[in-house]
Amino acid sequence: MKHVDEYRNAADAHRYAEAIARIVTRPWSIMEICGGQTHSIVRHGIDRLLPDGVTLLHGPGCPVCVTPPGMIDAAIAIANRPEAILCSFGDMLRVPGNEGSLLAAKARGADVRMVYSPLDALDIARDNPEREVVFFAIGFETTAPATAMAVLQAELRALANFSLLVSHVLVPPAMEALLSDPASDVDGFLAAGHVCTVVGYEDYTPIAQRYRIPIVVTGFEPLDLMQGLYMCLRQLEEGRHEVENQYSRSVRAAGNPAAREAVERVFAVRPQEWRGMGSIAASGLGLRPHYARFDALERFPAIAVGAESESACISGEVLRGVSKPCDCPAFGAACTPEHPLGATMVSSEGACAAYYRYRRQPPVREAVA
Amino acid sequence: MTEGPEFTLQCPLPDSGHERIELAHGSGGLLTHRLIEEVFRPAFAQSPDDLTHDGAVVDVPGTQIAFTTDSYVVRPLVFPGGDIGSLAVNGTVNDLAMCGARPLWLSAGFVIEEGFLVEDLRRIVASMRDAAQAVGVRLVTGDTKVVERGHGDGLYINTSGIGAVVASQPISPRQVQPGDVVIVSGDLGRHGMAVMAARENLGFEPPIVSDCGSVSAPVLRLLDEGIDLHCLRDLTRGGLATALIEIAESAGVAMELEAAAIPVSDPVRGACEILGIDPLYVANEGCFAAIVPESEAARALSILREFDSAAIAVGSVRSGGAAGSVALKTMGGSYALDRIAGEQLPRIC
Repeated sequence: MKHVDEYRNAADAHRYAEAIARIVTRPWSIMEICGGQTHSIVRHGIDRLLPDGVTLLHGPGCPVCVTPPGMIDAAIAIANRPEAILCSFGDMLRVPGNEGSLLAAKARGADVRMVYSPLDALDIARDNPEREVVFFAIGFETTAPATAMAVLQAELRALANFSLLVSHVLVPPAMEALLSDPASDVDGFLAAGHVCTVVGYEDYTPIAQRYRIPIVVTGFEPLDLMQGLYMCLRQLEEGRHEVENQYSRSVRAAGNPAAREAVERVFAVRPQEWRGMGSIAASGLGLRPHYARFDALERFPAIAVGAESESACISGEVLRGVSKPCDCPAFGAACTPEHPLGATMVSSEGACAAYYRYRRQPPVREAVA
Repeated sequence: MTEGPEFTLQCPLPDSGHERIELAHGSGGLLTHRLIEEVFRPAFAQSPDDLTHDGAVVDVPGTQIAFTTDSYVVRPLVFPGGDIGSLAVNGTVNDLAMCGARPLWLSAGFVIEEGFLVEDLRRIVASMRDAAQAVGVRLVTGDTKVVERGHGDGLYINTSGIGAVVASQPISPRQVQPGDVVIVSGDLGRHGMAVMAARENLGFEPPIVSDCGSVSAPVLRLLDEGIDLHCLRDLTRGGLATALIEIAESAGVAMELEAAAIPVSDPVRGACEILGIDPLYVANEGCFAAIVPESEAARALSILREFDSAAIAVGSVRSGGAAGSVALKTMGGSYALDRIAGEQLPRIC
């Protein structure tokens, strides 16, 4: 497949591994932000191609993993109302809140629908004028423009029965929160390519300078990741701390101005609760007052967003890169994709799910005599 | 008693004027009779006695028969490359083929939702007839039930099939030996992605077309040519990965697959990439895995390629390794494939 196969060439990946081995003189810890990158790294065994001492830490960039359980509970409470149709992305539906998941609510009779785009939810609202259609809007800067477009379209079409439960999050404030955490051990970042496709990477320069940390905007294919790691490690070895763009076939410095403009028009930055990480200042998006009529929490005033309840799950540490999934005593035993204790085991972009799928058993080349 | 067409004085027209399935079509009365006479018998009966009795009485040539059943609940009922009718015939025919059997007879049970358009039913029944004719299987008995509106998804079909076993050796996971080669008969993932794209209106260009079809002919050819088939498995729900895990577990062997060899067409790969879905776990409806001794692999492959040029050897049965494991070799080593919990759902971004 063109534009993918070129970036999965094993021989080129091994050449990058050799180049990395030649320049690395001491241990480094690099965090990839995005859950899609984590999945690709573990699936293709990218971490196994790196020299000893280079550690990959998996970041908080799994959109459903960081959605706070209280929000999921609120989504379920809305879905349980007979007049409501609750729509969200497929992966969101099976993540448990404090009590159960949207899929479980659906099995009990709630009208929960999987959509591929928030614009699909608008069509559902148009086709069901007697129902209240609520889109559970989650994700990073990548999904926020589509949510913003849905709001603008709903206004244009004068849809009175459409609203949003908004839990959008922003990457740069989370990176700063990680860097301010004394438990954090991050020497360099691979920034999430798709997020930067939307918002560009100008916001990263102050972070790189303030924390003296290299940030390389990186794609998702094996060669993207190898090249991004090479660029990041070369900066570390040379004592530089700059923002570089590996993913230049997709990312421009200023991102996608039309998408940014739509987000800016509809949303204002607000403090945001992250699952397992607590509240982070200026790390979320909320509807601007002009669009408050599309806020599901305004439309259903009886629905409250509760706090996260105590849990044995260490997903907060996993999301902050402090622990690896296999450090958790429950991993693969009490906690499996079938019976997950936390979101990182449920989502296809969660680090625990990636480790469970690709790393639960010892590598077969070692197991086979 | 409500007035129905049975009390009109005119002769009933061949098309009795019912646009939609009503509960009475499942009553066993006149409307049921009409449905059978006007929709099912014209499609399937080959002699005046066919489909007139509670069951079919058939001659069994030879002694060993294969017998299977499957229910079809696909949504949407019509998708690029097929519909629930062709699926219901081919799916059961393929199950018989996996037993090394030539398909002979099918039964069909229809559960129809009140309000279903008779015209749509005709189209689906015609598609069943065409699929059955193409493979030379006869639909000899059936049943119709109508459920109240809202209690079904338009139409469900169950088919059972009887076939005559032509394989001289048993075909089962127990025959699988270390050293055997794993061959797939075509490219993977088309049915599952075609149905998902049609259901969710994803509008991929070009559209993904289901591989829905019979694999009876290639299997019978392999048997005619005397290929020693250790095991066959159609790659329906759960896809190649789940099928091979099941075989490896039953056989108590380890398998190793080459990720680079696994055939997936560009449109399917593209759709899977976009949605974050692994084609190894996506359903197929016209594709199977054949596990054959290494000495037979080249010949088996050249036969299968006459039917589908995408047929390819994707891996082998290992002499060591953990029993029941299926490893996939990628660029950074290999990992063990596992059953996935629940459905594959599209990722967020």
